[in-house]
Amino acid sequence: MSEYKIENHTYDVVVVGAGGAGLRATFGMAVKGLSTACITKVFPTRSHTVAAQGGMSAALGNMGEDKWQWHMYDTVKGSDWLGDQDAIEYMCREAIPAVIELEHQGVPFSRTDDGRIYQRPFGGMTTDYGKGIAQRTCAAADRTGHAILHTLYQQSLRHSAEFYIEHFATDLILDEQGICRGVLAWDLATGTLRIFRAQTVVLATGGYGRAYFTATSAHTCTGDGNGMVTRAGLPLQDMEFTQFHPTGIYGAGCLITEGVRGEGGFLTNAKGERFMERYAPNAKDLASRDVVSRSMTIEVNEGRGVGEHKDHIHLHLEHLGPEVIHERLPGIAESARIFAGVDVTKEPIPVSPTVHYNMGGIPTNYHGEVVTLKDGNPDSVVPGLMAIGECACVSVHGANRLGSNSLLDIVVFGRAAANRCAETLKTGSIQPDLPKAGLEKAMDRFNRIHHAGGSLPTASIRDKMQRTMQKHAAVFRTGESLQAGVDQMNEVYASYRDVGVTDRSLVWNSDLMETFELANLLECAQTSIQSALNRKESRGAHAREDYPERDDQNWMKHTVSWLDEDGKVSLDYRPVHNYTLTDAVEYIPPKKRVY
Amino acid sequence: MPALSRYKLLCRRGMKELDVVLVRYLDRHYSDADSAELAQFDELLAMQDPELFGVLFELMPEPPHLQQVIAKIRIP
Repeated sequence: MSEYKIENHTYDVVVVGAGGAGLRATFGMAVKGLSTACITKVFPTRSHTVAAQGGMSAALGNMGEDKWQWHMYDTVKGSDWLGDQDAIEYMCREAIPAVIELEHQGVPFSRTDDGRIYQRPFGGMTTDYGKGIAQRTCAAADRTGHAILHTLYQQSLRHSAEFYIEHFATDLILDEQGICRGVLAWDLATGTLRIFRAQTVVLATGGYGRAYFTATSAHTCTGDGNGMVTRAGLPLQDMEFTQFHPTGIYGAGCLITEGVRGEGGFLTNAKGERFMERYAPNAKDLASRDVVSRSMTIEVNEGRGVGEHKDHIHLHLEHLGPEVIHERLPGIAESARIFAGVDVTKEPIPVSPTVHYNMGGIPTNYHGEVVTLKDGNPDSVVPGLMAIGECACVSVHGANRLGSNSLLDIVVFGRAAANRCAETLKTGSIQPDLPKAGLEKAMDRFNRIHHAGGSLPTASIRDKMQRTMQKHAAVFRTGESLQAGVDQMNEVYASYRDVGVTDRSLVWNSDLMETFELANLLECAQTSIQSALNRKESRGAHAREDYPERDDQNWMKHTVSWLDEDGKVSLDYRPVHNYTLTDAVEYIPPKKRVY
Repeated sequence: MPALSRYKLLCRRGMKELDVVLVRYLDRHYSDADSAELAQFDELLAMQDPELFGVLFELMPEPPHLQQVIAKIRIP
């Protein structure tokens, strides 16, 4: 394929993605003496981790008694018992050294008067198995994510990791035995195709929020690693579990913090009714995220939504007065003005439930190794391939993630992946030649999409996918609506065959990059909506109106979903790990999740 | 001055808020912007996300020499 300028590279490890997980892994690999490359489509400090302002949980006990066992209990309960308890034990135990290491590496955590790391309370984090409120979340002022990225990027450079910035990874290269041998990436600045050969490829590509019409995630969150895994014939796991935040600004998706309702803000429908009084007579507008999101969606579905399409809800702050708004809710007025053209001192903000986090992803064990269900073994490791962070499903978040457990997840499992590679890989080992068939498959696909000459613009297919997912696979789920969504998604998925790329350049071609991203998003959307139709129970973030109860008898299991080239999804299951990692803690048996 | 295609990728940020306002600026104002304004835009794009967010969303003082481009970005 002489059309392309091609360069070959060999490393011990190639990490794809430079958010918190990718950088922690890159740094960890480099420090252990493994030659390490990190490929990233955006500059590392512009990864979506930068948006994580809240903090990172770890039972340090700096503010009062705390135990990792309590943290584990909270996480298991938050997961609605879909989380794997060996992995959750690992995360909550290792949280403590992982935070201390970050501190030593240079993350400027906020401090107590006596110089220890300050810890704040966070929803769902308790002491003594739900009895008290824990102060467990470590933060670097309001820019924890940025501080972590900045520190880990510098540490990675210091230990001679090599960065391929503004490079887009398109496909994994597997051999005939199913061993991952490398990855193909497109240099966005020069158009060069780089063929990376590695003993291990680590995917750290983040979530796929952009599969929906409104999401709080940055535009760059397009499920690239999930797509690569799917095309490699490997399954994704628990794709039906998507967390919604009740108050994203309608259309833009930008978040209006829960603090607004804490300060007295309230929601109304088209009739001006404060409908939350009906759904949660006590907590009203301060009910938990999933309850508020579902109530808003029911109002819209019953025809009481506001706006031209009657598809959103109003959030009122006017009654608070300009002083309170500016003093206690800094930035909110400006966000509402810029994104909705609304003066919050005079009129309500249009809001709708907005995708916030993907619990599902690439199944792994607690070392970060990708696993699959193969020949009856649900824990069969895929050699040469790892996944960490939001793209992975370890599963520590199960059916629902707790706030401040996501920064923890990325750091702990980035670190775990590095530790595992240090144990299992030999620096500078001679690697076999890349498998010809696997490489050809990746190159052919690149060429096919580069020259896609169909009639449908990328943006129009993406828009149809986003609207389908938002309408049928959002908060309110019934068999009927999901089935309609599945039928529609099948059509949208098939329409990608007729996609057209207008610009054939290979230099800064955003249209082509978005066309590659769209393929990844479609694969995520397709597996997600079919997994949702299949799961006939309500658990965590997956709420079925036709199956309102959790059903441990039949459904305490992970969904695994494969996608074939024609867009057909096949489903199977992996058991939830109902055992812990060590004897230091006992298995936490399921009970009803009430707060 | 980078080309429009380059700008599209430089406007990919870590925060959704920034993605939205920067892409909106490109769509509405790029074709009419003079080189002085684009130089201001370049300077904004070189900022770290938290600084850029602070400057655009009135949490931090705006640099006086960037007022022209900031005012356009803030138009709803």
